[in-house]
Amino acid sequence: MSRTFVGMPAFPAAARAALADTQLRHNLAHATGVIRAKRAAVVAEVENWEELRLAGAAVKDRALRDLGTHLVDLEAALTAGGATVHWARDAAEACAIVATVAKAHGVDEVVKVKSMVTQEIGLNEALAEEGIAAWETDLAELIVQLGDDLPSHILVPAIHRNRAEIREIFLREMGGAGRPAPADLTDDPAVLAGAAREHLREKFLRAKVAVSGANFAIAETGTLVVVESEGNGRMCLTLPEVLVSVVGIEKVVPTWAELDPLLRLLPRSSTGERMNPYTSTWSGVTPGDGPQEVHVVLLDNGRTRALADDVGRQALRCIRCSACLNVCPVYERTGGHAYGSVYPGPIGAILNPLLKGTGDPQTDSLPYASSLCGACFEACPVRIDIPEVLVHLRSKVVDGHRDDTVPKAEAVAMKAAAYAFSDARRLAAVEKVSGLAGRVLGRFGRATLPGGRRAAGRIPGPGASAWTSARDLPAPPAESFRAWWKRTDGGRR
Amino acid sequence: MTSARDEILARVRVALAEVEPDREPVVAPVVTARPDVVGLFAERVADYRAVVERCAEAGLAEAVAAALPAGSRVVVPAGLSVDVEGAVVDGADGRVLSALELDGFDAVVTEARVGIAETGTIVLDHGAGQGRRAISLVPDKHVCIVRSDQVVPDVPDAIVLLDPSRPLTWISGPSATSDIELDRVEGVHGPRVLHVIVVG
Ligand code: SF4
Repeated sequence: MSRTFVGMPAFPAAARAALADTQLRHNLAHATGVIRAKRAAVVAEVENWEELRLAGAAVKDRALRDLGTHLVDLEAALTAGGATVHWARDAAEACAIVATVAKAHGVDEVVKVKSMVTQEIGLNEALAEEGIAAWETDLAELIVQLGDDLPSHILVPAIHRNRAEIREIFLREMGGAGRPAPADLTDDPAVLAGAAREHLREKFLRAKVAVSGANFAIAETGTLVVVESEGNGRMCLTLPEVLVSVVGIEKVVPTWAELDPLLRLLPRSSTGERMNPYTSTWSGVTPGDGPQEVHVVLLDNGRTRALADDVGRQALRCIRCSACLNVCPVYERTGGHAYGSVYPGPIGAILNPLLKGTGDPQTDSLPYASSLCGACFEACPVRIDIPEVLVHLRSKVVDGHRDDTVPKAEAVAMKAAAYAFSDARRLAAVEKVSGLAGRVLGRFGRATLPGGRRAAGRIPGPGASAWTSARDLPAPPAESFRAWWKRTDGGRR
Repeated sequence: MTSARDEILARVRVALAEVEPDREPVVAPVVTARPDVVGLFAERVADYRAVVERCAEAGLAEAVAAALPAGSRVVVPAGLSVDVEGAVVDGADGRVLSALELDGFDAVVTEARVGIAETGTIVLDHGAGQGRRAISLVPDKHVCIVRSDQVVPDVPDAIVLLDPSRPLTWISGPSATSDIELDRVEGVHGPRVLHVIVVG
């Protein structure tokens, strides 16, 4: 993957571009709808799902509240199991460690299991600079990599590509990266998957070094856990001689037994399955089985910054299931690229500012990429209160801009809202004005939203125009709710 | 210069200065026991579009032979409790098959450590009769023998039985992907056919 998210425009601009892409919107709506239905069915099957969520949240909280102790335990257990433990403060350190291991074995390529953390640190680009090719082996990642594209969904990174586009990419690009696609390739998903199998198998069989992430790291036993579907994970974790796993420090689970609720929560929330096809666990080196040289890189890269935030800390509970993406009305319409980060959707809107800190315009726009509807919290298997963290981060962003000479549009809008909401009479007055505006806009608005509602399009004027330039607002009703209630005595007249 | 390790641990200490640790492990809720766990296991494995059959101990050798198409090249681990005619034993005479050699086999027959009814999952701990991880991965067909007394109701029951110091492979159906327009397709890199024989 040669493209990165660096220098992405702020969410509003990127979202406007994405919204105009109807193919993308169609694919996303289909995909998120399908996953939502699957998830709902397998979640309903579990009699004590809510208790299980509480347990999952409690396990991750317990891990985070004493993270130092658990990290030291993890290091000791891994070392006892024959693994080499490295620590990396940031992306550059982590990439350098992986490159050093690869170079020590004289390889010019590594195979990779899909891992968000290696995308976060830009590992593929860093290795490329050292002359080492990193082959993505997850089907979706392969599609993204061959298409010289960016992933748009945690779970289904190529959710924005349809089968015809994928066939095109395979025919055009596979030959340059290794075994070409067969000339008679059709766009049947089974045939496309078969082509990926053939293309990647030669790479698996010859690979000396593999790179993975981990879904969980058990402090007590030094066990790493990788959850996957296709078997490319098993290939990477089993066949090469050397394995390097990059693990965010928040992946720690204190004990082996506490893995239980997380393994029950993740697949149902993620792919909507009772269990994912393959889960691999390993604790260091097993003589005669799998890689005989095992490295683990424990990565900070902003996690301790998030940990220090009392409200935001809960975001580190995230097990990257992507349920919050699939229920998010904003994500469903804009897709993942608009978030300008490997972590898109509701979790991305809080995780990116927490990891990076506020101050950068792109990051600062993310906490506003939400309608605060709360669907993400309901879906989250570890009960991260995303709306609470969003509101908290918005206030941080506003605080960060206190000294700006030109106030941020959102800050103005929020201040006006706070002023209006703080007094019922003022709220009534504002609603009357917006009702009036609604009547005016009702006459001029041309666009129509799905369901036949009129869209207001952009509202002119400072502040409001910045807000609405990225949002096609439904035109306000001609009469406010309060005015209607008064006129009709709550519908009785 | 402080090491990355010391600096990260120091940052963690600062971040959590006011936070009280919670020393009691969390115990997750369990589900109400179901009457027929072996039946449920078979049903749930089949839901993943795996082939599932049940047989008596006496009929096992026959069931295994029938699961392997005539003429297929078969690899088995040392210590398998059933004889598979013509199969190559991995590690026999101290010769471990390379990944490339494994790619030349059509099928593998192994046993398992535990079966999980609720999720239709088979867990291998790669002990005797199961072999190292590579042999149940590279061939395209995996015939897996699970004994009915190895089947437990749910994930927590399996976690208690499993030894995390061993490598573990949890298998729930054949390899699959939904990466292309969310159409589930069986078989990308792992075995494309999973054939489970439940004994007893
Ligand atoms: S925030 Fe929750 S729902 Fe969203 S990806 Fe993380 S764990 Fe899943």
